[in-house]
Amino acid sequence: MAWGFVGPSVAIIVALTAFPAVWSVLLSFQRWDGIGDARFTALRNYSRLVSDADFYAALRHTALFTVIYVPVSILGGLVVAALLAKPIALGAFYRTAIFVPFVASAAATGILANYIFDKNAGIINNALAGLGLARQGFLEDPRQAILVIVTIALWGGLGFNVVVYLAAMQDVPPHLEEAARLDGASSLQVFRHITFPHLRPVTVFVGVWQTVVALQLFDIVYTTTRGGPIGATRTIVYYVYRNAFELADFGQGSAGAIVLFVVTMVLTAGMMAYSWRRNVEAF
Amino acid sequence: MPVGSRSASGRARPSVRHLVLMPLALLFLLPLEQMLLASFMTPAEINAYPPTIIPSRLQLDGYIKLFTEAPVLRWLGNSLAVVVIAVSAQLVLCSLAGYGFARLRFRGRNVGFVMLLATIMIPTQLLMIPTYIIFAKVGWLDTLAAAFVPWLVSTFGIFLMRQFFLSVPVELEEAARIDGAGTFRTFWGVILPLARPALATLAVFTLLGAWNDLLWPLITISNQDWYTIQLGLASFQGQRRTDWSLLMAGNVVATLPLLVAFLVAQRQFVATMTLTGMK
Repeated sequence: MAWGFVGPSVAIIVALTAFPAVWSVLLSFQRWDGIGDARFTALRNYSRLVSDADFYAALRHTALFTVIYVPVSILGGLVVAALLAKPIALGAFYRTAIFVPFVASAAATGILANYIFDKNAGIINNALAGLGLARQGFLEDPRQAILVIVTIALWGGLGFNVVVYLAAMQDVPPHLEEAARLDGASSLQVFRHITFPHLRPVTVFVGVWQTVVALQLFDIVYTTTRGGPIGATRTIVYYVYRNAFELADFGQGSAGAIVLFVVTMVLTAGMMAYSWRRNVEAF
Repeated sequence: MPVGSRSASGRARPSVRHLVLMPLALLFLLPLEQMLLASFMTPAEINAYPPTIIPSRLQLDGYIKLFTEAPVLRWLGNSLAVVVIAVSAQLVLCSLAGYGFARLRFRGRNVGFVMLLATIMIPTQLLMIPTYIIFAKVGWLDTLAAAFVPWLVSTFGIFLMRQFFLSVPVELEEAARIDGAGTFRTFWGVILPLARPALATLAVFTLLGAWNDLLWPLITISNQDWYTIQLGLASFQGQRRTDWSLLMAGNVVATLPLLVAFLVAQRQFVATMTLTGMK
């Protein structure tokens, strides 16, 4: 009887998550183009990763994106939520405006960004030209492209953090803030010593969530730069995609995916262990 | 303590908050406004300098090209089918499994649930290569199945429903059982109707994920007939790099359904985010 309830779901998850996960570990020790016979090659794919400049570049780009995107989205979400927490005229408008981009798909967001940052037609370069400044390459400039992609991702992702923080702020006991204020604390002091400590668990949650999102960056890159210009925006997932589906090297792609998995695990486990040691219950 | 000191040392005055929030809100809306306007402009207007602020008239060329030069209606239909299948399947499968793990007694329940939860840690990207191979072997490449099968059930959904069912008082089920209802009838007739908020949350989350998904269709579908709207957009981006009115019209068409759904059901959307955010 009980298996009638849980059986179908468990079967699908075993077939489409657990089994492929184990298989991808095996694939990472093989050389296979998907057509001929797979050949066991032990650690060859991993040793190629270690000596592959493209892979280091992918790691570097992903790390740069993560290191900027995660803190800025957390800090920005916190500040905007704090400004919206107490009733304010137009509050619903502000909240909606900042959250709406989250609903747009990564594909639509990427294509829109191509237009906004276009050298000739884009509003930003037109504004620069209007101010008498030089037009910028943005997504076409290898030095600027990854920073532009961070900006695009923040546009799409900030609303999520704002909404999560806003919800958490509703749970801060109002009488505590009120008491502190009556004792003469400034609003910054109230926020620092009363509100923020209550927000630590949600901060850990948002940090873990956005780190996972950042490490998996792919869709926006695919619909803006396709990893270019000259490879300047290739990320780890792009490396996996490129090796498996453009170069038909499933083993090499799987090895890259395993590294992504390990990095994700280590980082999220580290963040959670840190929060546990400081007695923050995030999950 | 004098009454006046509260406003002096109180929180930031509304005018200061508006000073930050208004420019930020407008900055966030600007790209969407640009997208909408460009979809109604001629190429000449789009490329003009100084830039065109408001199109001279509602130029529909972009939309006409969009629907005549590519099977966009079919792509929208494909996406709709994927979403309907994904949402229905998740509502049924996740609530059944969630109830099973919350309430029914069977061997291996707790171990099974913990192992299930562990799969949340596995990133989709780790699965994409083996899943591609599996789909190739069973002949699902270039079919709609490739786009919806990965969305049929989710560990997150099972977890969400289980947490909800745990919060329902056991007495309700005992009363139903005393009245002679079997396990399934108790679940279907008594417990599931109470779960509407959790089901709505699950539906919203699945809708958002399945409609906006690019990764699965991208790697498994190459026949235009089975493109989803997101994959169609991505293919335009490759072939029509600067045909802005067409690209922006495509963006509007692909984004509008969710945007309308969001504005209509904003409360539920926000509740969803909150629920996934904490609790």
